[in-house]
Amino acid sequence: MITVQDLHKSFGDNEVLKGINCEVEEKEVVCVIGPSGSGKSTFLRCLNLLEDITSGDVIVDGYNLKDRTTDINMIRTEVGMVFQQFNLFPHKTVIENVMLAPRKVRKISVQEARERGEALLEKVGLAEKADQYPAQLSGGQQQRVAIARALAMEPKLMLFDEPTSALDPELVGEVLEVMKQLAKEGMTMVVVTHEMGFAREVADRVLFMDEGIIMEENTPEVIFTNPNSERTKNFLNKVL
Amino acid sequence: MFNFSRVIEFLPQLGTGLYYTLLISVVGLLIGFILGAIFGLGRISKNKFYSIISSVYVEVIRGTPVLVQAMWIFFALPIITKYNMDSITAGIVVIAINSGAYIAEIVRGAVDSIDKGQMEAGRSLGLNKHQTMRYIIWPQAFKRMIPPLGNQFIISIKDTSLLSVILVPELMFQGRYIASNHFIALEIYTTVAIFYLVINFSLSLLLRYTERRLKY
Ligand SMILES: Nc1ncnc2c1ncn2[C@@H]1O[C@H](COP(=O)(O)OP(=O)(O)OP(=O)(O)O)[C@@H](O)[C@H]1O
Ligand SMILES: [Mg+2]
Repeated sequence: MITVQDLHKSFGDNEVLKGINCEVEEKEVVCVIGPSGSGKSTFLRCLNLLEDITSGDVIVDGYNLKDRTTDINMIRTEVGMVFQQFNLFPHKTVIENVMLAPRKVRKISVQEARERGEALLEKVGLAEKADQYPAQLSGGQQQRVAIARALAMEPKLMLFDEPTSALDPELVGEVLEVMKQLAKEGMTMVVVTHEMGFAREVADRVLFMDEGIIMEENTPEVIFTNPNSERTKNFLNKVL
Repeated sequence: MFNFSRVIEFLPQLGTGLYYTLLISVVGLLIGFILGAIFGLGRISKNKFYSIISSVYVEVIRGTPVLVQAMWIFFALPIITKYNMDSITAGIVVIAINSGAYIAEIVRGAVDSIDKGQMEAGRSLGLNKHQTMRYIIWPQAFKRMIPPLGNQFIISIKDTSLLSVILVPELMFQGRYIASNHFIALEIYTTVAIFYLVINFSLSLLLRYTERRLKY
């Protein structure tokens, strides 16, 4: 589903990604962990070209993002993204948030978009909030709407950038539940997270990033019980 | 001293003046808004040419008085273009380009103030840049523009009174004509002032209502 080869990314003189290689298979759930500033968000954002790539190759669903012939808007419809700050559209109701992209990009009818939207809100447990505005919702509810909004495009792959980091602790669980459900249904997911419990339970593979490279890549069992790298060990000691 | 009964007989002329004031304000500000949107977005565009042109326009207009702009467009420009604009068209042009520059700054500020996560959320859903602007950024920016736009509209409406110098038969022009020919300056200028006040106050109320009706 995703192949990343020798990905480098610099902001000016600041090289943030220093040669990333990795593969994500279909239906796989990959969690990315690592210290703040290690480039996790940047890496994730390169996967749907929210950041342009300095060098290297990112191949998503068979399309090389660097090719001029690749239609990036088309790729993005296949790649859902969930942000730390939710980024819901505050001027639109919950259901309108979910319906917008399918209507304007997929050009489906209002009727169909609404039905699909309502089904997705049902799925994330927010059917009764359809006509409210985002500001009227709690953080956890907003993030679930954001997930529904991304799912409305029927993506093949979902990217999550610390989806629970902006939430009060008591609201984290409801968002993780929705994500677990998605994983169970076979969604391909790349999740940047500080929720080690989630990574341990749900991930097929965990990537530990440090200073712009993937220091270690392993199953959660190995990473959390017996990591190969000293750096991974130190990091986990600090956060667990 | 105050003899308002004499104003009554000049009401038709003042009405004509009011008509031109409103005509020039409405058409001028409509075009000004379009110019403001075009050049405001220009100032935040990554396209160098577009952004430089936009900056030059804004700086030139902001850096010169309306009165000079009016005189220049009506008396100086025809020397270059060999085309004489009638005064009403010239008046509309003056209000349009003048308000356009200030509105460009309002548009730029409002669009800039929208969190960049909004653009990213739109783009990540597969909307192109234009669609994201249209459905996501612009409606939010527009709400933030309403108070400063209202302010600019009021300034521009008052600026139309300067157009009497290029012979636009607007409210102030009529007032001046009547006052000097019939020696009733006090009554006429008071009436003219009230007319402007009523226009601008109604506009204020309308804008406040519009802003409240936008629910988000
Ligand atoms: N748009 C940008 N311009 C310049 N530098 C940036 C930009 N975005 C990120 N950086 C820099 O890149 C580095 C990596 O940032 P990134 O956000 O990818 O880290 P992260 O691992 O996601 O950290 P965190 O856990 O705090 O979210 C940081 O040093 C940051 O300052
Ligand atoms: Mg981050």
